[in-house]
Amino acid sequence: MSVKLGVPSKGRLMEQTFDWFADRGVNLKRTGAAREYAGAVEGVDGVELVLLSASEIPRELAAGRIHLGVTGSDLVREHLADCAAQVTELAPMGFGHADLIIAVPKVWVDVETLDDLDAVASRFRAAHGFRLRIATKYHRLVREYLRAHGVADYQLVDSQGATEGTVKNLTAEAIADITSTGETLRANHLKILRDPPVHCSQATLFAARAAAWDEVSDAMAALMTRLGLPDDVTR
Amino acid sequence: MTEAERLAAELLAQMQAAGAQPVATEILQPAETLLDLYGEDIRARAYVTHDPRQGEMMLRPDFTVPVVQAHMRIGAEPARYCYAGPVFRMQTSTRAREYLQVGFELFARDDPARADAEVFALFTRLLQGHDLRPVTGDIGILKAAVEGLETSPERKAALLRHIWRPRRFRALLERMGGHGPLAKARAELVTKLQNASAETLIAEAGQMVGLRSAEEIAERAALLCADAQTPPIPQAQVARLEHLLALAAPATEALAQLRAQDWPALTPALDRLEARLKALAAAGIDPAALPFEASFGRTTMEYYDGFVFGFIAGRADLPPVATGGRYDALTAVLGQGRAIPAVGGVIRPETLALLEGKA
Repeated sequence: MSVKLGVPSKGRLMEQTFDWFADRGVNLKRTGAAREYAGAVEGVDGVELVLLSASEIPRELAAGRIHLGVTGSDLVREHLADCAAQVTELAPMGFGHADLIIAVPKVWVDVETLDDLDAVASRFRAAHGFRLRIATKYHRLVREYLRAHGVADYQLVDSQGATEGTVKNLTAEAIADITSTGETLRANHLKILRDPPVHCSQATLFAARAAAWDEVSDAMAALMTRLGLPDDVTR
Repeated sequence: MTEAERLAAELLAQMQAAGAQPVATEILQPAETLLDLYGEDIRARAYVTHDPRQGEMMLRPDFTVPVVQAHMRIGAEPARYCYAGPVFRMQTSTRAREYLQVGFELFARDDPARADAEVFALFTRLLQGHDLRPVTGDIGILKAAVEGLETSPERKAALLRHIWRPRRFRALLERMGGHGPLAKARAELVTKLQNASAETLIAEAGQMVGLRSAEEIAERAALLCADAQTPPIPQAQVARLEHLLALAAPATEALAQLRAQDWPALTPALDRLEARLKALAAAGIDPAALPFEASFGRTTMEYYDGFVFGFIAGRADLPPVATGGRYDALTAVLGQGRAIPAVGGVIRPETLALLEGKA
């Protein structure tokens, strides 16, 4: 049996992952026809490439169906409860940077911090009869963040896309979303709170605690040596 | 029948013998009421599901809300209710997701001290023979201490709103004392707001988006400027409040210590504590030996607003065997103006069974 390495199946994230491994002497490549999701690993024995959607990698890691996986740390933290019990972070990879932030309308000239947002939530609820809505797809991360900071009188509303537009469309008062440059936020008349982000995400190599490690210990040791990482991570 | 189920049936029978009327509530509860009461946090702890006709529903995370609602519908006064059944809570640890609760609730307008004592004495009797440590507290004293601070009503309201969130409470207290990062951020914001009118700043910020109106924004901007004129809460008062929050002593001694502080704002709350201790003594509980912790119930029991109590097992891996307290404000919210003073508590039979070694 070989070490199963889950990697995003397309786009820039896949290319940058391939580059990261290539820099360390491990060549990942897609094989077969252009649209076929098949891959190969050269430079180290006993490693199998599994091409997956980045958003499915957390689930596959949790189930132990792949030993290693590359995906955004935001996705792992959002989709896995108590994620430290399920995966080990082997290496932040230095690309795919994006911050999960909370943004409010630019015209809220009285709001700059979470402290302000919390106070506004209380007044908003009193004035409008419902809790201030924050649109996001990162429910767990945002809720944990707001609970840790003791923010009250808000509600999360689900938004799986075009989240920046929800405020203008009057389906939310604020948003929590991933941003790298903030351009979409500005275009939608929003500004970021001054507090540190909810989460600073980047592409990360994870190991699954639930995977069958006994059968692949030699191949794993060889791979870790090649990548310049400590080999004791799964024990 | 498991040991926990046997214990639950036995406890329920004893509560009935103590005059309580058994009530049944549905396992599926409308999510909206619970979310409005407990806030978004409850979503992380309760199982939410969706009904095509009734919308979001929750597997009952506790009995208190449906029992209060049942009382509002049928209530004669005073009333004593008891119940037993499963509740459901999400866990990230290995703790049980579904477990039994047996509870007792007392709704009575007269003599709250006697009602508090009746419930606590009943729980003490029901849990006799188990190796448990009782703890008591009083959220009413904390509220009185905040009300007694020398500061604006707005600041007091902001602090009262966060009594149950110690981290934010502390951050607010620091800001209102004129210290820390929040005070600095606030000072910068106020300077900006004082240098131009809210209307100008809003116009400069660009397009108006969202439901929150320009009037609401200008109104809060004015409040912030007014708040900046409020003197900082004196450091001595902050220190006294911190000292109060850290107080842990036998109840009689705690009362004496608090009286000795000569803190007039606390007097009515301390009178209530004294009346409760007298009622407890009359019910056979020795207040000189009863542990009192001023911060007890602050983080875990968000809707209690007066007397609070717990019975704690001496094992860190177990939740409290029983918890309870007074929740007058909750009945005011649920009763839409028809408030009824209420005090009650729940026992977890599974934890009792574990302690007996019979799980």
